[in-house]
Amino acid sequence: MPKVSMTVNGKEVSGNIDSRTLLVQFLRDTLRLTGTHVGCDTSQCGCCVVHVDGKALKSCTVLALTLEGANVTTIEGLATDGKLHPMQEAFRENHALQCGFCTPGMIMTSVDIVNRKGNKLDEQTIRHELEGNLCRCTGYHNIVKAVAAGAEAMAK
Amino acid sequence: MYQFTYHRVDSARKAANLAEKNEDAKFLAGGMTLLPTMKQRLASPSALIDLNPASEKLAGIEVKGRNVHIGAMTRHYDVANSKDVQEAIPALAELAGMIGDPAVRHRGTIGGSVANNDPAADYPSACLALNATIHTNKRKISADEFFTGLFETALEPGELITKIVFPVPSKAAYMKFPNPASRYAMVGVFVAKKGKDVRVAVTGAGSSGVFRAGKFEAALTAKFHVKALEGVSASAEGLNSDIHADAAYRAHLIGVMARRAVNKANGK
Repeated sequence: MPKVSMTVNGKEVSGNIDSRTLLVQFLRDTLRLTGTHVGCDTSQCGCCVVHVDGKALKSCTVLALTLEGANVTTIEGLATDGKLHPMQEAFRENHALQCGFCTPGMIMTSVDIVNRKGNKLDEQTIRHELEGNLCRCTGYHNIVKAVAAGAEAMAK
Repeated sequence: MYQFTYHRVDSARKAANLAEKNEDAKFLAGGMTLLPTMKQRLASPSALIDLNPASEKLAGIEVKGRNVHIGAMTRHYDVANSKDVQEAIPALAELAGMIGDPAVRHRGTIGGSVANNDPAADYPSACLALNATIHTNKRKISADEFFTGLFETALEPGELITKIVFPVPSKAAYMKFPNPASRYAMVGVFVAKKGKDVRVAVTGAGSSGVFRAGKFEAALTAKFHVKALEGVSASAEGLNSDIHADAAYRAHLIGVMARRAVNKANGK
């Protein structure tokens, strides 16, 4: 089986994998990083969003082999020294989740939005930018509030 | 997904050489369509030739004279956010920013989209309306000759798109009525004027893929104003019907999107 090496959450990792292995399978099954979820497996729902070389990607629709040498950040890589990332904290503070299944992808996408659009985000921008992430519980209202609050907190 | 052999290549030449040796091989660019199709077992290539390591050579945006050159591996996100494209052909940058969602735009490529020629994809309409030239490892193909049917193009087996060259129009705009669920174009109309030449390309509607709307072009060539389209309508013949929209509704949408696009191109 071919070998792939990449950096995940700051650690060098590698594995011999079937060429069909998707990034999300490599993360969950090989590395046991199960924070990244598979919702739809058809690149619609966004539960599987991770950052690859600083950009949000749907890890269910990219082959692990294609990311040789890439730098990947998953939801497990956001907190530092046991302290939640400001976006994670904002989701908790604003009750931006109910069942929690979409939350890892929502948070990874939200951090990506801040990286691209800055720390002052209006509601329309947030709703538009979240169009690739589906939540079936909340109705999005608290998620939008959390993203705005998290974005501001990230500036501090 | 069925089993395949994976090849990593760092140049178009190596990719083409490998493709010649593997009859059922497919090139992997962004994979935003190919991988979902393979998961559903609708495609089963014997080998994937991964062009991502060749991104440095095959991606990039350059303005040369009155043309914008976009490398095949350029991601939608980079086209949407390129200052050069925004200045030269703002309609093209806007179109790229309407594809899929942010994560999809980070990965999907212009070459992949054009080669796939999905009947509801956005880029084919821009190529056709802007009279783009598709450069491959073997030749140059005009957009009029490139898109030959549903998911079909003039590309020969093993032929690889290297870049797409867009002439800068004097006015252009793209208007899209997205399917509310998939965000693919239910109908998208790209209108472009260069000198006296007006071209109107329609995506999402035709049962054989992207096409030019001759009646709209003739009316707008006489006068590039929304008033020129009074009484001009699209025929429902040859248009798609599905649960989202029947052919008559799609024909109606072509007229609506074309009018909006002309107004937008005229700065209204």
